[in-house]
Amino acid sequence: MLSTRNLNKSFGSLVVAQDIALELPKGVRYALIGPNGAGKTTLINLLTGMLRPDSGEITLSGGDITSLPPYARVRKGLVRTFQINTLFPQLTALESVTLAVLERERNAHNWWRRLASFDAAAEEAHGILRSLRLADGAHRTTRELAYGQQRLLEIALALATRPRVLLLDEPAAGVPKEESHELFTVISNLSSELTVLFIEHDMDVVFRFASRIIVMVGGRILVQGTPDEVAADRTVREVYLGKTHARAA
Amino acid sequence: MANASAHFVAQARWRPLEFVFWACTLLPFFVTPSYLSLASQIAITALFALSLDLILGYAGIVSLGHAAFFGVGAYTAGLIAKHYWTEPLSALALAGLAAGVAGYATSHIIVRFRHLALIMLTMGFGLLLAEAANSASDLTGGADGLQGFHVPGVLGFKFDMFGRTAYGYSLVALFLCFLVARRIIHSPFGLALRGIRENATRMPAIGAPSRAHLRKAYTIAAVVAGVAGGVLTQTTSTVSLEVLSFSRSADVLVILILGGAGRLYGGIVGAIIYMVARDQFSGANPQYWYFWIGVMLVAVVMFLPNGILGGLSALHKKSQ
Repeated sequence: MLSTRNLNKSFGSLVVAQDIALELPKGVRYALIGPNGAGKTTLINLLTGMLRPDSGEITLSGGDITSLPPYARVRKGLVRTFQINTLFPQLTALESVTLAVLERERNAHNWWRRLASFDAAAEEAHGILRSLRLADGAHRTTRELAYGQQRLLEIALALATRPRVLLLDEPAAGVPKEESHELFTVISNLSSELTVLFIEHDMDVVFRFASRIIVMVGGRILVQGTPDEVAADRTVREVYLGKTHARAA
Repeated sequence: MANASAHFVAQARWRPLEFVFWACTLLPFFVTPSYLSLASQIAITALFALSLDLILGYAGIVSLGHAAFFGVGAYTAGLIAKHYWTEPLSALALAGLAAGVAGYATSHIIVRFRHLALIMLTMGFGLLLAEAANSASDLTGGADGLQGFHVPGVLGFKFDMFGRTAYGYSLVALFLCFLVARRIIHSPFGLALRGIRENATRMPAIGAPSRAHLRKAYTIAAVVAGVAGGVLTQTTSTVSLEVLSFSRSADVLVILILGGAGRLYGGIVGAIIYMVARDQFSGANPQYWYFWIGVMLVAVVMFLPNGILGGLSALHKKSQ
């Protein structure tokens, strides 16, 4: 589905991505882990076009997308969410998701028809909110929503674009532990057609919800494999998992 | 479950207060007939502020050079009247078109920048155009202004010395452009503009071609500003360099902030208050009237950060 070859990026002398080679097949749930500063968010920025790689290639379903601007990648089905809420504070939840639906349908450029006549888009948006248990807050402005609801709205906006590959940057950042399991249940219940890659620090969550794990350190991919393989890997244990999970393995 | 789009239907519905407001715009004909030329100036300025609201209030583009498009419209209408024909409606359409072309051409650069760079850039374009008009005195009349033409009337109504037709014409232009702006605001494109204003980073991440949206908004705003400039030319039968001046760009920004950006009526209410205050203050204190404008601006920004309409709407919400 999504693959990269020899992806490189540095800021001056700081190498943030080095020879990244990824192959994300359809429907797989990936966890991207690594210590702070390992280049996880940078990798998402590179994949989604918010950063340009110095060299390397990104392909989505066989097509080269390396030089496409971010919005064009979204239109092809490569969609991300943000670690820090990146929402529309004064739009209601319904307005925000409806906007994403309209953009997907290429209707958002229409400046003459009434918004109210795009019934199907509003209905679909409401359906997405309902599926994420956000229907109650549909008519509240985003900034009035509880923090946990805003995290869900992050995902709702991404789903409204009908992604094929979904990149979730710490979807549960700042959410209490009990709720983060709820949130990941939502994520794991997403369509099995959908490829998901999520960044997460909580190893319980990672080992519970990911079918494969990618470990990044210092801008490089250290190891990738199934949770068992990664947990058993000596280098990972030494470099990243440290004492706590050496025990679990 | 209620129909999801009911929210959008309700949002676009005309409020009773809006009917009252537009009915009140007819009052100057009966109540203050000796102030009709001021009323006409106000309507033109309101239209200009409305056009700025489309880009500032809805798309979040701060411009300190919006007079460029007002000026292009004004000179286009003037040159047509002087050299070609005096029928105002077709000339007004061309004034809007010329400003729109100028807007579209510059929009390609404008949309690449934000914040401070954008302010500098729009100001730079404005100053460039003002100086160009100043030096091209063969065409524009330079510092003396473009004179020697007269638009006799519109659709059989003569432009009279009391300004009845002038105010009627300006008011109709304002109202029609307002209808268009209102329509845009309540369209999918209007929602996309609010999206860009609310979070420019998120828009591409939901697949939105933000730059294309912004280019379109900037062009539409330029057309409306050009129409405002054209109406000024046709109702006063003169074009001065002032139409392109920095102070006109700054004034309209002040007017919009005063009234409340991002609410369509903000520019209109701002124009009424600013122009009436200026008329009164300058009558009472010809040298120092900007002092009072300054006081008013400081007071509004300190106590009503969302402008006069923002303050009123907050008050209304509290009372419910």
